[in-house]
Amino acid sequence: MTEAPSLFRMEGISKRYGGVRALEQAELTIKAGRVHAILGENGAGKSTLIKVMAGVVAPDAGRMLLDDKPVVFAGPAAANAAGIVCIFQELSLIPDLSVADNIVISNPPMRFGLIDRRAQHRIAAEALQRAGGGDIDPREIVKDLPLSRRQIVEIAKALARKPRVLILDEATSALTAADVTTVFGVLKRLRDEGIALLYISHRMHEIAELADDCTVFRNGRNVASYVAGTKTDREVVELMIGREYSHKFPARPAPVPSTAPPVLEVRNLTWAPRLNGISLAARAGEVVGLGGLDGQGQRELLLALFGVLRGVSGAVLIDGKPTAIGSPRVAKSPGVGMALIPEDRKTEGLMLPMSVRDNLSFASLGQFSSGGMIDRAAESRAVDDVIRLLEIKTDGTAALAGSLSGGNQQKVVIAKWLMTAPRIILLNDPTRGIDVGTKQEIYALLRRLANEGAAIILYSTDYDELIGCCDRVLVLYDGAIKRELAGDEITERALIASALDIDLAVEA
Amino acid sequence: MTRFWLNEQRGTLLALAIFAVMFTLYVSNHPAGFTPNVVQTAANKGVLLALVAIAQTFVVLTAGIDLSVGMVMILANCIASYLVVGGLITTTGGVLAVLATGVVCGAINGAIVIFGRLQPIVATIATGAVYYGIALWMRPFPGSTDAFNGDLADALTGKVFGVVPASLVFLLGVIVVIWIPFRRSILGRAVYATGSSEVAAFMSGVPILQAKMLAYVFSGLLAAVGGLFLTFFTYSGEASLSNGNTYTLYSIAAVVLGGVSLFGGRGSAVGAIFGALAFRAIGDLLFVFDFDPLWQPLFQGIVLLVSVSLGSARLFSVRNRLDFFS
Amino acid sequence: MAATFARWKSRVDMPVATAFGCIIVLLLIGSIYSTNFLSPAYLLQQLKVGAFLGIIATGMMMVILMGQIDLSVPWAVTMGAMMASAATAYGPAGQVLAVPFGIFVGVLMGLVNGVGVAYLRIPSMIVTLAVNAVAQGLMVAYTGGFSPQDTASPAMKYLAAGNLIFGLPNAVLVWIVVGVLAVILLNRTTFGRAVYGIGNRESAAYLSGIPTQRVIMLGFALCGGLAAFAGVLLAGYAGKAAQSMGDAYLLPAIAAVVLGGTSILGGRGSYIGTIAGVILITLLQSILSVMQMAEFGRQIIYGMVIIAMLLLYGREKRTT
Repeated sequence: MTEAPSLFRMEGISKRYGGVRALEQAELTIKAGRVHAILGENGAGKSTLIKVMAGVVAPDAGRMLLDDKPVVFAGPAAANAAGIVCIFQELSLIPDLSVADNIVISNPPMRFGLIDRRAQHRIAAEALQRAGGGDIDPREIVKDLPLSRRQIVEIAKALARKPRVLILDEATSALTAADVTTVFGVLKRLRDEGIALLYISHRMHEIAELADDCTVFRNGRNVASYVAGTKTDREVVELMIGREYSHKFPARPAPVPSTAPPVLEVRNLTWAPRLNGISLAARAGEVVGLGGLDGQGQRELLLALFGVLRGVSGAVLIDGKPTAIGSPRVAKSPGVGMALIPEDRKTEGLMLPMSVRDNLSFASLGQFSSGGMIDRAAESRAVDDVIRLLEIKTDGTAALAGSLSGGNQQKVVIAKWLMTAPRIILLNDPTRGIDVGTKQEIYALLRRLANEGAAIILYSTDYDELIGCCDRVLVLYDGAIKRELAGDEITERALIASALDIDLAVEA
Repeated sequence: MTRFWLNEQRGTLLALAIFAVMFTLYVSNHPAGFTPNVVQTAANKGVLLALVAIAQTFVVLTAGIDLSVGMVMILANCIASYLVVGGLITTTGGVLAVLATGVVCGAINGAIVIFGRLQPIVATIATGAVYYGIALWMRPFPGSTDAFNGDLADALTGKVFGVVPASLVFLLGVIVVIWIPFRRSILGRAVYATGSSEVAAFMSGVPILQAKMLAYVFSGLLAAVGGLFLTFFTYSGEASLSNGNTYTLYSIAAVVLGGVSLFGGRGSAVGAIFGALAFRAIGDLLFVFDFDPLWQPLFQGIVLLVSVSLGSARLFSVRNRLDFFS
Repeated sequence: MAATFARWKSRVDMPVATAFGCIIVLLLIGSIYSTNFLSPAYLLQQLKVGAFLGIIATGMMMVILMGQIDLSVPWAVTMGAMMASAATAYGPAGQVLAVPFGIFVGVLMGLVNGVGVAYLRIPSMIVTLAVNAVAQGLMVAYTGGFSPQDTASPAMKYLAAGNLIFGLPNAVLVWIVVGVLAVILLNRTTFGRAVYGIGNRESAAYLSGIPTQRVIMLGFALCGGLAAFAGVLLAGYAGKAAQSMGDAYLLPAIAAVVLGGTSILGGRGSYIGTIAGVILITLLQSILSVMQMAEFGRQIIYGMVIIAMLLLYGREKRTT
């Protein structure tokens, strides 16, 4: 099988952005009928690699060969025409157009010189069916679909272009577990039909399930290629980070006694229909996980606690006192001391065009100012401290937040909130799309914050994270807490079972 | 079917409803009542604004704004007052020259925005000054030409079969000949896609540059058609700065009333037309109620303010405050 | 040495440097037409003329930094001028209160804009357009469509045309005070930081616990107040208010801010740039009038020069 002729090959590809080297003499060979996984930390050059493949950016040097013939792509359209289709991490769907409009966007069926809407509807329905989204109406406006459905549409759109090489960049990051199963079925069928798949994911178990070949990237170079299953996870991670890799998660201390008074208590919190009577308590020193399938109300719960949602009923008690939190401003006030690390760091966490310093001090300016005037010396000191504390890699405090790598951006978001000295920290999937090294630093940080007396509520789509980081996990289903798991009860099996709201013990 | 159709046409239907209410109010209080003449006068004023509103719609759909539409209209008006003269051949040539001017103005705007990568709002303010300067050069004082083709003007501003305002028929023609094919064409869809999300459109291989250029060119073209119509009403050309500014501002108001999203990607020319007609009907209400004309600017301003505030009624149903920012 | 240069380079952004470069070019061009173009008296006169635009542009900059725009400036200027002059007619008390009253009216107008943008979430282009129409309607109804007969108060005349410090026109002095306050506000206060934050990403600012709605509302109030203040000064300069005296200030104000390197999309820009933009626009207008250009030619050149200068450095970064 490995002797199969190459369908697509990249040789000596280099690409620089200003002074930053994104790709350096990169090589890659993709074969028809194989799933080729690309692994690497963020900033290893994976995104640039696929952007070059998909014609989004032109390489500075090197060449690409399709069927052993050199090709040059002037733009995404040219790459598509050659049969190379990419499903990007940032969704490339157009929000105000319908599902059908989006699926046929690059090549709509024409009749009498105008777009044939009936044919378009048919093509879209077929593509949706193939992508496992038969339940989606092609006339629906994309903006009105939930994220996981949009990702299915994205896949359908790629399929409608009849690809020879299909690139999936974190294509499952927003999918529910059920959808992932469907999509994997689709991908395996495509592979069997002879399509070459390039698969990029941070989820190791997905790669283990899907990949035939793997290539590891580090610092813009391909450092190793191997047939899937010939290396252990540990070896792979070491290749990725290029150093010895020790404990993934920090040790979990003895559980906080349930008799300790909770810092945060929630009683019967309801925001119909997404939240239905949620009650929970978090104590100082605890990391409480929120589990369950994506979209079961976890995000809404965090937003409701932080005062973003309107029309929430139920009681929130801070240190046992009923407190009305009507806005993030109240939530972060000293009496409450809450912080929220939001889901999307680019739109909700950071101002990318502003400096690292301005971003870091943005939520805690009140501490460095009197009468509205900022004490800039005190601000700088505090900013320097937190940069050192979290080991944020930045070219000075005046560097723009947008110039940092994804992992460091996320550290800035977290650091910005640590500067408010919060007692209650809410995190919404803080490690999504983050490299392994930074992930570990974040895990260690969370545990340290808890040990220092913070109550932490962590929502994660990664089960390993819930298992490794949390003292207790509350599994949500349909806006309600279905099950609470504590200590050793937190296993992948238990998490999945309660996430799907089934009882494995009874079935077995 | 109906759910998706209603969802898509919501803005247009709302504009239609506002127009229907305002126009009924207007006609029922008009001393002459619902007669062809009353409708004709109202239609002519409405169509003028509607044409400029369609022009604005094209650019707004790309998430841009064209603050030069009024000036292109004034420039077209001044040119038309010289060139739309004599018999069939000279008149045709004149009309084509006026339309070509609009296309060129639009193409210049488009080129500056696309290739110069300037923000539409500043770019078109500046080009608007240039277009107005040219108009002023041609017509330092309001004036007309003796050979002006009044027959054509009368035909297009008169009545068909003695009942239907010819201007409305013309407007319908614009919809059928320009808007519907545009809406169903690849570039038309590209305009919507670009306005909705330029990044996603680029990633999807949508011809963004051509789409934007088309939008600006159509904007210039329709603004020129508006200028042509203005000439048909007044028989003369006038380089009026305040007229130009007023039409630009009213075109934005009409577009917003017509349910076209200023953030791009949503709305239609049909909605903009109803928006324009509704805005005109509102402005004329004061006359039929016999108020001092001095109050008209205030009344129009308040109506404008109230009607744009109506859109924020949806805010009361927003339950996630993050939705305010999207 | 190299490090100092790098620091200097990072502190001086290119648009601002280019704007000052353009100013020098304009001065050279002007000196070809008239030798006294470079005389201190003439330059001071230009600063005096530019001061009114400078004060308006200061407010406009606040709004543009938040990613918004204020199209109600023309009638904020006129209304400030008319109301201050009207107050003057009410005896000594009115004379004393004329300036504050004029500003107050502008602040009110700005507050209406701000409520519309921040709380009703109507696009600023639309709200300010409508508020401008309402203000115009109010003034037309109030004056009967003619320029009012009231004259400016002595205080207004003194502020606009007097000389407190020998040789330095008071209008320039006022602009300096306004400018210093603006720099402090933008760079040293939590309000200023919030303005930049909102301009860059309002949702992130909100989730950081910033009262974004209040900041936006106050920004518009500031813009309205400053525009009205400029109107008050203009009335003092001319002796009285006039219909549509503010019309000539909308486009120059936006152009000055943008030519000064402030992004029209918000979030980026410095006050020094706005100063450069104001001087640039003022000099351009002055040269065109020195050249005794007809109105049509002024419009054409004015538009083309603005486009040319923007193409020089105001372009958006190419995104891929």
